[in-house]
Amino acid sequence: MALNPKKHEMPTQAPEVRAHNFSEVALGYPTEVALEEANRCLNCKNRPCVTGCPVNVNIPDFIMKVKERDFEGAYRIIAQTSSLPAVCGRVCPQETQCESKCTMGVKFEPVGIGRLERFVADWHNANTAQPLEKPASNGHKVAIVGSGPSGLTCAGDLAKKGYAVSVFEALHTAGGVLVYGIPEFRLPKSIVAKEVETLKTLGVDVQTNVVIGKTLTVDELFEMGYEAVFIGSGAGLPNFMNIPGESLKGVYSANEFLTRSNLMKAYRDDPVTPIMKGGRVAVVGGGNVAMDAARTALRLGAEHVYIVYRRSMDELPARKEEVEHAMEEGIDFRLLNNPVEILGYSNPENPRDPKNGFVTGMRCIRMELGEPDAKGRRRPVPIPGSEFTLDVDTVIMAIGTSPNPLIKNTTEGLKVNSHGGIIVNEDGLTSRERVYAGGDAVTGAATVISAMGAGKIAAKAIDDALGAI
Amino acid sequence: MYRIISKKNLNPTVTQMEIEAPLVANKALPGQFIILRVNEEGERIPLTVAGVDKARGAVKIIFQIVGATTELLNAKQEGESIQDFVGPLGVPTHTNGIKKVCIVGGGVGCAIAMPVAQAFHEKGAEVTSIIGFRNKDLLILEDEFRACSDRLIVMTDDGSYARHGNVTVPLKEMLEAGETFDLIITIGPLIMMKFVTLTAKPFGVPVTVSMNPIMIDGTGMCGGCRLTLVQDGRRVTKFACVDGPDFNGYEVDFDEAMSRNRMYSDFERRAHAKICNLLKGAN
Ligand SMILES: Cc1cc2nc3c(=O)[nH]c(=O)nc-3n(C[C@H](O)[C@H](O)[C@H](O)COP(=O)(O)OP(=O)(O)OC[C@H]3O[C@@H](n4cnc5c(N)ncnc54)[C@H](O)[C@@H]3O)c2cc1C
Ligand SMILES: Cc1cc2nc3c(=O)[nH]c(=O)nc-3n(C[C@H](O)[C@H](O)[C@H](O)COP(=O)(O)OP(=O)(O)OC[C@H]3O[C@@H](n4cnc5c(N)ncnc54)[C@H](O)[C@@H]3O)c2cc1C
Ligand code: SF4
Ligand code: SF4
Ligand code: FES
Repeated sequence: MALNPKKHEMPTQAPEVRAHNFSEVALGYPTEVALEEANRCLNCKNRPCVTGCPVNVNIPDFIMKVKERDFEGAYRIIAQTSSLPAVCGRVCPQETQCESKCTMGVKFEPVGIGRLERFVADWHNANTAQPLEKPASNGHKVAIVGSGPSGLTCAGDLAKKGYAVSVFEALHTAGGVLVYGIPEFRLPKSIVAKEVETLKTLGVDVQTNVVIGKTLTVDELFEMGYEAVFIGSGAGLPNFMNIPGESLKGVYSANEFLTRSNLMKAYRDDPVTPIMKGGRVAVVGGGNVAMDAARTALRLGAEHVYIVYRRSMDELPARKEEVEHAMEEGIDFRLLNNPVEILGYSNPENPRDPKNGFVTGMRCIRMELGEPDAKGRRRPVPIPGSEFTLDVDTVIMAIGTSPNPLIKNTTEGLKVNSHGGIIVNEDGLTSRERVYAGGDAVTGAATVISAMGAGKIAAKAIDDALGAI
Repeated sequence: MYRIISKKNLNPTVTQMEIEAPLVANKALPGQFIILRVNEEGERIPLTVAGVDKARGAVKIIFQIVGATTELLNAKQEGESIQDFVGPLGVPTHTNGIKKVCIVGGGVGCAIAMPVAQAFHEKGAEVTSIIGFRNKDLLILEDEFRACSDRLIVMTDDGSYARHGNVTVPLKEMLEAGETFDLIITIGPLIMMKFVTLTAKPFGVPVTVSMNPIMIDGTGMCGGCRLTLVQDGRRVTKFACVDGPDFNGYEVDFDEAMSRNRMYSDFERRAHAKICNLLKGAN
């Protein structure tokens, strides 16, 4: 049987339809397609794909189970290493991770590993009633700060071993970026809610509305009897460009825009939380966050949405699939452009004019790629005299985030690097005894799977440290 | 869920509640605030901690009914619960080393100013309080202020009670008469804080203002609460929820802050009308 050189296409909602709703874009493989895609896997002896996965999911083995139609067996293999397969199957940047190493990819398209992983996880969620039981207690207490993928993973691994785990979350809903950042159309909130429910069944105590560093400090957690603390507080502090006009009305950080839409549900028809809808929107940046903000703006009813990015298509850091989806939906990519100023309305005659202070446009300058920098990426340099104005009324800054200094500032002896990332050793241990950290709080903005991996490593280290007592 | 332990109307548009939130009660200091959501579908709004009772795990809030969320909150009765209550947020007001302070509060801002005045009083500072209201019916907390002030001046805009005029009038008189303060703290509408700052400027008295921009998370994550300070001629962005809410009045760009607070005026008017109709329907 000749092998299909191409990955089986992921069925999606038609672009013109999905651009106006918040339902999931990618619909998932039907069983027959999943079986055919699994058949493309060569079951390579040297398993290159596994090395491309940050948590080394046992890829060929789970795909073999899919071939045998043993989907639950496939799930169990994935679950040995990944605790959020339904999430990672959807949002992992597979083209730079597992799939980039796939043997099939040398001559043809790689095996759709992520799509198969999603298929298996969805099958499991739909068909397996979880007979989860609360494990027997081992008498130890651990506190987790933050309920993003790193915190949830660390909590789950420890709970399964019998630890009494409490997760403290600053916001009113658990899930971290998975609930406030990544939109519904890419990752349905019900999937994250289900993961949190599973943890609760395992006995994990999830306490929302607790800001560590304010409501309680790390030191107080120890006084309360927790024997170890894992910090998975993410990298939520938004960066701005520091150009004139960034305080005008209609300029958002991507975090604010996405939080209003996702967490506060402003995407609904009759929301209680306001957001600027409609009009002409420019999103500055080229990562996943920028794509999500642009596509959210479109779905909220914008008439025209630009992505303004200072490098070229080749350097766009977003997942390829999301860039393609965005293009299909009609997002207008203005590459090799950089904003220099945001312009606002001002009526000097009438200071009470309600239009005063709202965005009317964005001045940009064209860029060209110059010499490669230390990392080999060609640096964008402005072309003198090439400024022009984009006619927009909303600007969304998606130019990166940094770790929030709140916990560092209130935890004596906790060391951070020059970017604010918490310094840890290979076990996730920080400069403070029994205090572990992982995920974006350590690395700066990264990926779901790497955060999850860090949560796993820390859980193991905590178990090694406390289990011996 | 967080239980409403007590509820009291201070005037027709200002309500005081005590909410059961022991972790917040344990930690809150004057100048800090909380963020709450009334119900599962609700908006997050910030309110200042107006006092705590650690023994009962109670946090006092005093709020003015201005829009949809405060209207919903006011519709809740003693014994009922609200969905979310998180804090204490923000940096507490600095009280150290201040021996003589003037507190200038306007309207519901007096509720925010009151615990600050009490804190200075307890630390042994000499406290002058100037509190202003639009009219007699809106007057709140007069007794509380009297109890913690060495000198109290009450003003009404229309002269219906106490002295006629706004809060800058007595402040200016005192400063011109040679009165000195280590610090003036002003809390109230932005326009009032701007003019208190301008009044104090010629006399070189430091002014602290308490900023109240629109907030969501209150942890430094969204940047929606940002405001601009002008420091040594440079414009610097700060997040009021984590860097404030107190700022040096001479540095704040008030005009920008006023403009930003009006970002959703249209939306708020519509949301308020909707809630009023809803609540009316329920009665
Ligand atoms: C819009 C967007 C799109 C993305 N798309 C992708 C993608 O497609 N694929 C991918 O792999 N990655 C993506 N990422 C990145 C990925 O989501 C993050 O790398 C990952 O979520 C980091 O996980 P974490 O557990 O470290 O932190 P987070 O998910 O950031 O969670 C941290 C949690 O800690 C809480 N917290 C913070 N401080 C405190 C405190 N002091 N006390 C209590 N709680 C606190 C926060 O409220 C938050 O809930 C995206 C990120 C964004 C913002
Ligand atoms: C740090 C801080 C402390 C505050 N303390 C008090 C207090 O002790 N007592 C009190 O009565 N008020 C206080 N406020 C103001 C209070 O948050 C607003 O009155 C409230 O959010 C109005 O909500 P609404 O839905 O009822 O009205 P809306 O109709 O939504 O808005 C009315 C006005 O309130 C402001 N506002 C709206 N949404 C928000 C928001 N999410 N965050 C901040 N402001 C908003 C807007 O400027 C608007 O013009 C404080 C604000 C801040 C930032
Ligand atoms: S977890 Fe992510 S990187 Fe690993 S195999 Fe699954 S999709 Fe690939
Ligand atoms: S490298 Fe590709 S073909 Fe080989 S086992 Fe992994 S997924 Fe299958
Ligand atoms: S309220 Fe979001 S950063 Fe201050």
